Amino acid sequence: CHRIGSKMLYLDIRGDLDSEIRERGTQSLSSLSTEDVSANTNGPNQDALFDDDPEDLFAEATEEVSLDSPERDILLSDGPSPAITPITPPTSVIAPRIGHTHDDMFTHSSFDEIEEEEVDDSFDINISVSDPEKVGDGMNAYMAYKVTTKTSMSLFKQREFSVKRRFSDFLGLHSKLASKYLHVGYIVPPAPEKSIVGMTKVKVGKEDQSSNEFVEKRRSALERYLMRTVKHHILLKDPDVLQFLESSELPRAVSTQALSSAGLLRMVNKAADAVNKMTIKMNESDAWFEEKQQHFESLDVQLRKLHISVESLVCHRKELSVNTAQFAKSAAMLGNSEDHTALSRALSQLAEVEEKMDQLHQDQANADFYLFSELLGDYVRLLAAVKGVFDHRIKTWQKWQDSQILLQKKREAEAKLQFTNKSDKLQQAKDEIKDMEGRVQQDERDFEQISRTIRKEVGRFEKERVKDFKTSIIKYLESLVLTQQQVIKSYFTFRYVTASV
Amino acid sequence: MTVCVLNVDLQTDATLQVDISDALSERDKVKFTVHTKSSLPNFKLNEFSVVRQHEEFIWLHDSFVENEEYAGYIIPPAPPRPDFDASREKLQKLGEGEGSMTKEEFTKMKQELEAEYLAIFKKTVAMHEVFLCRVAAHPVLRKDLNFHVFLEYNQDLSVRGKNKKEKLEDFFKNVVKSADGVLVAGVKDVDDFFEHEKTFLLEYHNRVKDASAKSDRMIRSHKNAADDINRIASSLYTLGTQDTTELCKFFLKVSELFEKTRKVESRVAADEDLKLSDLLKYYLRESQAAKDLLYRRSRSLVDYENANKALDKARSKNRDVLQAETSQQICCHKFEKISESAKQELIDFKTRRVAAFRKNLVELAELELKHAKGNLQLLQSCLGFMKTNT
Repeated sequence: CHRIGSKMLYLDIRGDLDSEIRERGTQSLSSLSTEDVSANTNGPNQDALFDDDPEDLFAEATEEVSLDSPERDILLSDGPSPAITPITPPTSVIAPRIGHTHDDMFTHSSFDEIEEEEVDDSFDINISVSDPEKVGDGMNAYMAYKVTTKTSMSLFKQREFSVKRRFSDFLGLHSKLASKYLHVGYIVPPAPEKSIVGMTKVKVGKEDQSSNEFVEKRRSALERYLMRTVKHHILLKDPDVLQFLESSELPRAVSTQALSSAGLLRMVNKAADAVNKMTIKMNESDAWFEEKQQHFESLDVQLRKLHISVESLVCHRKELSVNTAQFAKSAAMLGNSEDHTALSRALSQLAEVEEKMDQLHQDQANADFYLFSELLGDYVRLLAAVKGVFDHRIKTWQKWQDSQILLQKKREAEAKLQFTNKSDKLQQAKDEIKDMEGRVQQDERDFEQISRTIRKEVGRFEKERVKDFKTSIIKYLESLVLTQQQVIKSYFTFRYVTASV
Repeated sequence: MTVCVLNVDLQTDATLQVDISDALSERDKVKFTVHTKSSLPNFKLNEFSVVRQHEEFIWLHDSFVENEEYAGYIIPPAPPRPDFDASREKLQKLGEGEGSMTKEEFTKMKQELEAEYLAIFKKTVAMHEVFLCRVAAHPVLRKDLNFHVFLEYNQDLSVRGKNKKEKLEDFFKNVVKSADGVLVAGVKDVDDFFEHEKTFLLEYHNRVKDASAKSDRMIRSHKNAADDINRIASSLYTLGTQDTTELCKFFLKVSELFEKTRKVESRVAADEDLKLSDLLKYYLRESQAAKDLLYRRSRSLVDYENANKALDKARSKNRDVLQAETSQQICCHKFEKISESAKQELIDFKTRRVAAFRKNLVELAELELKHAKGNLQLLQSCLGFMKTNT
């Protein structure tokens, strides 16, 4: 039976519990399983599947089981098999579905089964963020954005619907998703950055171009953020996401304020994390992770460099636009003073051409920004989230190591107690060891789970990255083509006029 | 050396042809090889060359300006001093920063800076050549003795640059001249032609100055944008070589595209500089020379009118009448001589100006079209490749 084979393989990797489990053999899997089950501290989903006698479930483990057997699914949807550990998020709508089979079950959790399927379903959802509207006055004012969702997916109650959201709502959504999914290895797209300066200008009521630009930048960033979030098939189904998109009223996310106590706590935690990261040294048994981390690190460096150059291009193109406009005015003046009629006309044409160029440069600078620069900025921030997820894995590993050490200590303490007559203390010690063993197993499962999740997430992320870059850069090149075509049109007319001078 | 861009109507007749056949850039000076072909009897040989430096050009120009005989002509403006300081500084900085960049980056930047240096060099040679060509084409100035010495004397002219005292003197002379110019400009001219020219030139000169400055700024922004695209191409290349997904081929293709479009953008900036900026700068100097001519004429008119008044006064007092009469005749003669040649000079100036602008604007339009079409083709072929391979 393949199942048992892989289970034994798994057991070989586990450290201290090796000897114990091997001697029990396949017959005793049942007893092992009950212990594990009781020590299992996973979410409520577990309980639903324990209605049946656990003994029976695992007795069948020794039989040859066909891939289509329904019982097998029950077995596989939870229990001691290390390949199957439901993710902790308690409020997740996704209950391990029973009744679906999959060839590759031994390397996936039931959770994974569902993920595989959703990818096959048609992903049809489009979110747009529009109509920024200033609400209120003075320093309490804020921008409200209309979030419109168009979809044919059955997940949603309607096919097309809109809600009004403010910036802190987006930050609140991200904060919730991050707390649920980051520490188990999902790459949660980061929300757009706060900007106290930018927002203050808007609040104070300056209706100038720079505050309009700021609002447009933000609107676009919020739209991209939501699209990235729903493209993730797990996050799409999260109730917080659904609530964000659908419900007309949303409780205010106060803890996202920069200067709130929650904000300060976040900053402190971030600092603590940074220190911890520096001191944890992990024995990486899997070269894949090290390779990927290095890959992402060098990608980060390169993307940052490219981003700076593109930002510089945006800046210089805007400058070019301004200078061209000024030159156009100057050329027009020169044309006015010129007393040779035909030349005067040609100079006016030159002024007109340059005015058109000014507009083209301005448009191109916007394309440079929205299609290229923002893409790079988004990915620099996304890579930070990826790094975070790798760091969580290290923390999970550390937790597992720590519990193993603690278990060892308890065993040593128990051994010492063996030689005393304190029977009640000895029993207590034995109980503690049992608890600890459960914890160690759980920690190990967590570590395995997060490693697995990260592997899949990285695959998904890279696929998205390839698609994103290809789409955006092709669009960017198309914008360059359009500009050149307009340039040709303008100079064509100009040439015609000057030739007649 | 190529025929100067700015001189369109110069008669390339066999009697006198001047060009700069070679130039050498040394540490802080440029040595121009002035080559002359002439059938005039004034010269010993029919074809000869001498080496001249910038200061000697200035000496020649100043000798024209100071010559009373040429008061009635537009003196061709002196060429600007060769200025390689900025370019040299950049090359030096590059040399210092050699250790901090990759070999490819260094070679690339070095090539660009060398190209920039060469462009500036070519420009300064062209400007010096234009000056000589204008002199050689002028019916009166071409016969000037100093000019012939300049062309033929194969030793150093021992013209030193002005020392501090002389520069200060020049400065004050200019101040006096400007003040005087203002006074003289206030005098209304009887002749409609000159009155119109005065008003026209004043306004035209200021507007050309403005257009020239704005054109320079615009072209500088263009160069900056091209430099950014260069850096983007390099970054994309690095990304392409390091990526592990199918994006690596993609990045390399885009990097290659931007390398090519960057070169086109640089050429656009360079051509705009040549056809627009240089044109405006030149006519800034020429319109100043034309203004100077008008000033000299107005000055002589004022002198003439003063001489008239002096003559009337002398006649009324019946004292020094002969002296006053002679003086008045000289002034009258001078004024009429200047007016006559000035009129023709200003008409020629207009003809030259219209022709030069027409030629350059047409060429500018052609070049912009050519480059835009080139860019478009590069972009479309790259897009085509990418869309079929996705």
